[in-house]
Amino acid sequence: MGPLLTVQNLSLSFGKPVLQSVSFEVAPGGLLLILGPSGSGKSTLLRCLNRLQAPDSGAVLLNDRDTREIDVRHLRRRVGMVFQVPALLPGTVEHNMIQGPALAGKTAPRQDIEHLLTGVGLARDMLTRNAATLSIGEQQRVAFAQALANQPDVLLLDEPTSALDPTAVLTLEKLILKVNREMNRAVVMVTHNIEQALRFNTETLVLLDGRIIAKGPVQDLINNRTDATLRSFFEGRLNHEGNGDGI
Amino acid sequence: MGFEILLGVYALVALAMGMSFYRNLGIEKDLFLGSIRATVQLIAMGFVLKWLFTLQEAENFFLVLLFMTCVAAVISGNRGRAIPNSRIIALAGIGLGSAVTFTVLYTAGVIKNEANYIIPIGGMIVGNAMNAASLAMNRLIGELEHARKRIETLLALGGSARQAGEEPARQALKAALIPTIDSMKTIGLVHLPGIMTGFLIAGGSPLEAVKFQVAVVYMIAGTAGIAGTVVVVLGVRQCFEGNLRMRLERQDG
Repeated sequence: MGPLLTVQNLSLSFGKPVLQSVSFEVAPGGLLLILGPSGSGKSTLLRCLNRLQAPDSGAVLLNDRDTREIDVRHLRRRVGMVFQVPALLPGTVEHNMIQGPALAGKTAPRQDIEHLLTGVGLARDMLTRNAATLSIGEQQRVAFAQALANQPDVLLLDEPTSALDPTAVLTLEKLILKVNREMNRAVVMVTHNIEQALRFNTETLVLLDGRIIAKGPVQDLINNRTDATLRSFFEGRLNHEGNGDGI
Repeated sequence: MGFEILLGVYALVALAMGMSFYRNLGIEKDLFLGSIRATVQLIAMGFVLKWLFTLQEAENFFLVLLFMTCVAAVISGNRGRAIPNSRIIALAGIGLGSAVTFTVLYTAGVIKNEANYIIPIGGMIVGNAMNAASLAMNRLIGELEHARKRIETLLALGGSARQAGEEPARQALKAALIPTIDSMKTIGLVHLPGIMTGFLIAGGSPLEAVKFQVAVVYMIAGTAGIAGTVVVVLGVRQCFEGNLRMRLERQDG
């Protein structure tokens, strides 16, 4: 089976280079982490995948088809996205969850919505709760359910745990694994946290100054003693996180 | 009224400037320049109006109105510089709002084909259209900026630019029409309309005065409604790159 997403030589500059010839692939049902420090271009790269950002050059293919040839609204239903800080709409949890199908002129069956809500670990009776009264962790789960209601093939996660407390981080990480393994959605997740990458222990891209400096399982990358840039990156980050910056 | 009285009244502007200086608001310069500009413009307009009222040809009246519309569009468009093509949008809103209202009143015979009807009433129409357009433009920027993350969420869920910008557009239009609606609600109770008062002072019948004033009130509401709607609809469209993304420049502060 071919790759679900293929990223080919993406480059982008805002005066200075933000992305430099970035290429990678995501398999159907795959889980890929993009690891890098703040300002390394991780979020911009993610936004290029669903065309919220246009690259200067390069292409993104979905099932071998250039995403620029796909109607952008259709593309975004297939390539869902959850942002760092959830921006829910005013109204109930249910109102938020039905948005995706409603924007496409469809009605989501009530039982599907309830199933989705319990799937992200929230009780059915929360459907009638005002979204503004939820904790950030609960709002982030609703944002997951909102994106999943479109039944996407792939979910882009832009540091979805960075605004959460440590307990909520672990709960959400379990949810991400569930979405990937049980709901069988491919996931591309951006993080700056090496410890989090280690907990997922999956295929990881290390992005530095807009350039991929390494690919592979994160533990292998950490154990790599031959690449000086990579070694310096991990040593620096681990020391930084050890000083309380990480989780 | 003598010039010494005018100078005395100017003390009120000086007082406002003093308060601004005391509270560190930083609007003293704007107040000073604004007051001088208003005086110079009114003196000039006094002489220009005197000359305009002697004009006989309808084309000249309309050229004057066109000039007013263009000036209003520049002023209003400057309020919305973050929106691409803001001056053209303002010109479309003010132009269409004014043209529709003017045509209705002209056809109905409320505005007679004389300079002393066309120019002051036309100016009033264009001025009201400009106020609504400026408010709509200014509020639209604020609403879009405020809703930036929600808009991105809606776009990421597969929404169109129209769907994502619908709520900010609605809020902007409502805000733009608040002064017009409040003014209609309080007319005769809080502020006494100038045209009606002038009619009565000139010895006109109260019913005639009311009829004329009601026409003016409806005219203002209609103009503001059309100008505000056009500005918001075109403005939202300009703030998005198709259905791809919002392209409103970030506002500092």
